[in-house]
Amino acid sequence: MKRYVYRLLAGAAALAFMVPAASAQELTIFWAEWDPANYLQELVNEYEAETGVTVTVETTPWQDFQTKAFTEFNARGSAYDMIVGDSQWLGAASEGGHYVDLTEFFQKHDLGNVMAPATVKYYAEYPGNSGNYWAIPAEGDAVGWSYRKDWFEDPEEMKAFEAKYGYPLAVPETWQQLLDIAEFFHRPDENRYGIAIYTDNSYDGLVMGVENALFSYGAELGNYETYEVEGILNSDKAVQALEAYRQLYQYTPPGWSKTFFVENNQAITEGLAAMSMNYFAFFPALVNPATNPNAANTGFFANPAGPDGDQYAALGGQGISIVSYSDNIDESYKFLEWFIQDDVQKRWAELGGYTAHAKTLESQEFRQATPYNEAFYQTMFKVKDFWAVPEYAELLTAANQRIYPYVVGGEGTAKEALDALAQDWVDTFKKYGRTE
Amino acid sequence: MTDVMTRLEPGSRAASRGFSDLTIRNLFIIPTIAFLIIFNVFPLLYSLWTSFTDFRASTTAPANWVGLANYRELLNDPFIWRNFTITAKYVLISVTGQVVVGFGLAMLLNRQIPFKGLITTLLLLPMMLSMAVVGLFWKLLYDPSFGIINYFLGLGKFEWLADPQVALYAVALVDIWMWSPFVMLLSLAGLSAVPKHLYEAAEIDRAGPFYTFFRITLPLVAPILMIAIIFRTMEAFKTFDHAYILSSQPTTELIAIRLYKMAFLEWQTGLSSAFAYIVLIMVVAITNIYVKYLNKAKAR
Repeated sequence: MKRYVYRLLAGAAALAFMVPAASAQELTIFWAEWDPANYLQELVNEYEAETGVTVTVETTPWQDFQTKAFTEFNARGSAYDMIVGDSQWLGAASEGGHYVDLTEFFQKHDLGNVMAPATVKYYAEYPGNSGNYWAIPAEGDAVGWSYRKDWFEDPEEMKAFEAKYGYPLAVPETWQQLLDIAEFFHRPDENRYGIAIYTDNSYDGLVMGVENALFSYGAELGNYETYEVEGILNSDKAVQALEAYRQLYQYTPPGWSKTFFVENNQAITEGLAAMSMNYFAFFPALVNPATNPNAANTGFFANPAGPDGDQYAALGGQGISIVSYSDNIDESYKFLEWFIQDDVQKRWAELGGYTAHAKTLESQEFRQATPYNEAFYQTMFKVKDFWAVPEYAELLTAANQRIYPYVVGGEGTAKEALDALAQDWVDTFKKYGRTE
Repeated sequence: MTDVMTRLEPGSRAASRGFSDLTIRNLFIIPTIAFLIIFNVFPLLYSLWTSFTDFRASTTAPANWVGLANYRELLNDPFIWRNFTITAKYVLISVTGQVVVGFGLAMLLNRQIPFKGLITTLLLLPMMLSMAVVGLFWKLLYDPSFGIINYFLGLGKFEWLADPQVALYAVALVDIWMWSPFVMLLSLAGLSAVPKHLYEAAEIDRAGPFYTFFRITLPLVAPILMIAIIFRTMEAFKTFDHAYILSSQPTTELIAIRLYKMAFLEWQTGLSSAFAYIVLIMVVAITNIYVKYLNKAKAR
């Protein structure tokens, strides 16, 4: 028996040695499970054809994305060579030592000018204005709006709208118009509702939704360089913006209390709402008649301006970073060098990826490629993002705890919610030694 | 051990292998103990240590000893107290509902009815389903626009999950639906063990149904019912899956959900370890109270 066990152990050891070491001719990119990841897989197949290096885009559902990525980082795992991570992760991943510093690479290839300025600022640089870069803008994205063109262009509706509000029914250019149109089309008796907005407070859905109002009303989340929050986050403009978002919630379909990108696309595909907020990356499904019976009647517009003409949208999208624990860092650099080339970025856009490459974005070819690309192009130069500090998740939790009861539950006032949130964030920044 | 060895035929294949009983016993026990130490004891002690530090698993920064600061922070956080209150309310509604429904079903099934076996099997189906799947399909059932619950109850567009005041009851109702069969099963076992002659004697003495129930049935089934309550209370305290899927109302944020967010979204490892220990102490304390009652019920 002893001899048998020894033989078995020896066999297992021999097998272990026979397993080939990870080849440098294979790279793994980790991303969330969505269409752009499929487009990226198509793109990297072309890299394989050119270089012989196999690149696999490994995905996980959005709900697990952050947890799975950071679990791998925390374990110092080398399962992924590169990661297309959320912009908010920059602080946590760079300060945690999980991302390779790409500053030199960035400067060598002049990516600050090659990529759209907002994408460089929010997807790549941390801390803000530091000149340190940790990612290459890969998938540009922001929040835009889809709407029912046939409802908007119905002569009866147009007449009734103008009679009620005193101006013609058209794509909203201001938040006041957005509110008016949402109110106008909100007809629960006809199973027709005004608008679909983000309300899911499990992660960043609700906060990203509210940001569209806050930024366009001229408000800010705080000072990203000094971490000052009091008087900024709870300014009068921010209060007005949150009140507007709460007002929009009144015009959503019933049960709209935990909704994010899936539900907001459904609001259009099921003919529930006149307008729907969503990231541009989810719009391809809306122009496809196979997934949207109302595809022919669906239009798109950029986030409207606030009362003072400010017009900003919440940033989505991600940059691609090299994971510090990868066994294939040199090979990953080579891949990034290939990825940033003009023709590759153009091809990336053709496949359906939202390039952040300024030249490609500005080209007429790109802007006319889909019904929503023009709105995307306009938006990508007017975006703002959430805090990217390592404790961003705590800031998000506090925001969800304070804002959700007001927006969805109607508890308290916008001022009370924002005052309390400002205090929470002040405490968090103090806790991590960012402020006195 | 020597006996066994001596009983083996000298020169036989078994004897030539040379394993004593002690070796064989160790071969079975040591992996199990090693497994328990590595995956249970070590994490338990390690998390106890981290609960006294400012450790964050997402960074490379070393963990600093902060003493009881994490516990103080948690116990002074009004949101955490709200989570505890919500959880207590949820456990009360859910376990009470399960006991009432489960025991009621057991009483109905504890008599001769046609297709009793089939009915029992069908009633057990909910608890065999995945909790995540249950959460997803109950979300559809509750939907105000096309959910069949509102349709059958004639409630129009009643918002089960969007109304902050109703959402917790809606989540608890799912738990009741899913786990009442568990209570039913244990109660049925208890009911079938009640000696029939006690009922016959009660009938001869012309005891009424209420008297029979409260003086015979309930006291004799109480110990096993108590076990069901202990299990269900501990499980209800840990509820995560379907509550997380069904609603994101602050009024339905149970402690398990808050703990998950703290540990795996915010990566506050030290703080969440302290939170987990607070929850552990509470569950152990509540279970002890139940066990005390269980022993009392047994003694009767």
